[in-house]
Amino acid sequence: MKIVKSISTAAVAAALALGAASAQAEGVKVGMITTLSGGGAGLGIDARDGFMLAVKQAGDAGIEVIIEDDQRKPDIAVQLADKMIQSDKVDVLTGIIWSNLAMAVVPAAVAQGKFYLSVNAAPSALAGKGCNPNYFSVAYQNDNLHEAAGAYLANAGYKKPFILAPNYPAGKDSLTGFKRFYTGELAGEVYTKLGQTDYAAEIAQIRASGADSVFFFLPGGMGISFMKQYADSGVDLPVVGPAFSFDQGILGAVGEAALGVKNTSQWSKDIDNAANKGFVETFQAEYGRLPSLYAAQGFDTANLLISALAKADISDADAFRAALKAAEFDSVRGDFSFAPNNHPIQDIYVREVIKEGDVITNKIVGVAIEDRSNAYVDECKM
Amino acid sequence: MSSLLLFEQVLNGLQLGVMLFLMAAGLTLIFGVMGLINLAHGSLYMVGAFAAAAVAGATGSFLLALAASLAAAAAAGAVIEVGVIRRLYDRDHLDQVLATFALILIFSEGTRWIFGSFPLFLDVPDYLSGPVTLPGGIQYPLYRLVIILAGLVIAAGLFLLIGRTRIGIQIRAGEADREMIAALGIDITRLYTLVFALGAALAGLAGALVGAIQSVQVGMGEPVLILAFVVIVIGGIGSVKGAFIGALLVGLTDTLGRSFLPGLFGLFMEPSAATTVGSALASMAIYILMAGVLLFRPKGLFGVA
Repeated sequence: MKIVKSISTAAVAAALALGAASAQAEGVKVGMITTLSGGGAGLGIDARDGFMLAVKQAGDAGIEVIIEDDQRKPDIAVQLADKMIQSDKVDVLTGIIWSNLAMAVVPAAVAQGKFYLSVNAAPSALAGKGCNPNYFSVAYQNDNLHEAAGAYLANAGYKKPFILAPNYPAGKDSLTGFKRFYTGELAGEVYTKLGQTDYAAEIAQIRASGADSVFFFLPGGMGISFMKQYADSGVDLPVVGPAFSFDQGILGAVGEAALGVKNTSQWSKDIDNAANKGFVETFQAEYGRLPSLYAAQGFDTANLLISALAKADISDADAFRAALKAAEFDSVRGDFSFAPNNHPIQDIYVREVIKEGDVITNKIVGVAIEDRSNAYVDECKM
Repeated sequence: MSSLLLFEQVLNGLQLGVMLFLMAAGLTLIFGVMGLINLAHGSLYMVGAFAAAAVAGATGSFLLALAASLAAAAAAGAVIEVGVIRRLYDRDHLDQVLATFALILIFSEGTRWIFGSFPLFLDVPDYLSGPVTLPGGIQYPLYRLVIILAGLVIAAGLFLLIGRTRIGIQIRAGEADREMIAALGIDITRLYTLVFALGAALAGLAGALVGAIQSVQVGMGEPVLILAFVVIVIGGIGSVKGAFIGALLVGLTDTLGRSFLPGLFGLFMEPSAATTVGSALASMAIYILMAGVLLFRPKGLFGVA
């Protein structure tokens, strides 16, 4: 009895010592700026919960996270970044969901020597000429999912897709990305108003265009509106879109109108690897809902950070940067590495919306593009 | 571009117009009778949609959901009128804008608190879903036809209420001279609460009807609010008839612009440039319409001097 006790005491002491060693002498301070209120809050909350789940699982890894709400406003995001850098003295910034907010925050933050790890936003401007050694996108490059949708339609033998996206920079990037991999004829190409909620006019055009398929990129509420109205219109051409409009947080609101739709994503809850299985299970146990794409991205971002901290001290910026770039962590996406411009090289899957019992969710039906890097690697000089 | 497509787009424009009328009618009544600019009108639209989604989710009945949207929005309207708005009638418009903007924030975060951050599910009931074939072979969603019809019925009811009933006389009198009707023994505070609740109920109903084919989410009211303001400025502030004509004009201009302007530019421009210019111009079309109307009729189409 006594022996058992002393052995277990020794084990605890050893564990403590190991834990302290891997946490390095000093910890790291992370500033998370994300959207926690207003219409886009679901995305930020998921990214935060995924990130914090990984931090919690790592135990005492010496990570202190300061979380603030940007209200989806660029000016607020900039103020928060200034405050975190100047008075909180954070080492790493992360969390921004929207590309316009990222453009407002990231260049200034990395210019001040801070690291920025993107959980979602990855505009082309930060992948090409504006790339920076201290900026890492852990999610994707913004064009990737659209490129995959183009590749999928081209491979599946569709000849006349009708494509639409909102009339703003990300919408234009979307259709450009789509056309990078789908080079055939188009039945129509339409830019809708940003924030538009009624798509009757566009659906009538689709019906009249003689298209054989539809590709759309309409993030947030726009996509919900489009899918419901499309399903009700009697047009039954196959629909493809990037994962944003068919993600777990949104599917519940679209309902059965989304069933059968193909969508492209670099993550899905049924990717078969141990890290992903564990993530989906623990996320559900912790928060009582299925994880979304954004939660997976947040989770991977935190694990990347933790893996780098185990190898290098944050005060040694060069070593820490090299440790980040090595990306030696168990990604829930399986194979994951960084291209020369610090954006992921990863498989992009095609998923189909299905019903599992009462829950509407996605399952993988194929790979759209294997080991996709991004189109901006050559423009990036660093 | 076939005549069938044109006809379908006209129907789409009418449907958007009728919805806008439900929003704009309340807004213009409130401005006409009480002289109040109510930015929180979009929040009442959201309250209606959320109430409908919650009740439809719990009971499965779409009619009950519509009733709930009317009741919830009217109640919310009456509460904010008594609690907040009543104190603002004598203030200038800037104070009103500030206070009602605060109400938007309170409603948005309050709704998020109660219902969470993810959009809610509200669907068209089975008996109204799917397309019907109209004469001429057009496939058109039944639900949108029902919306057009419901909107027209409500518009007719509103005209009867204002033109033919005792309450309507009081409302019109209140617009003309509030001190005089108070002197004649009409309880003006009660009348104001009533008008506010009526306007709120119309917005809530619009939210529920539209919520079934759009996304029920926090902040859904604000884009519609902007359009509704455009409508009442075009129609003439305070005029219900103006709101009706203005709403149809805006609905048709927006829909037809979106569908045909890119094609029109395609006749004499490169396709990609035509898409860009056409889409940009289509987004501006209703504001150009508004500017045009104001140029010739600074008080709007049916505005009173």
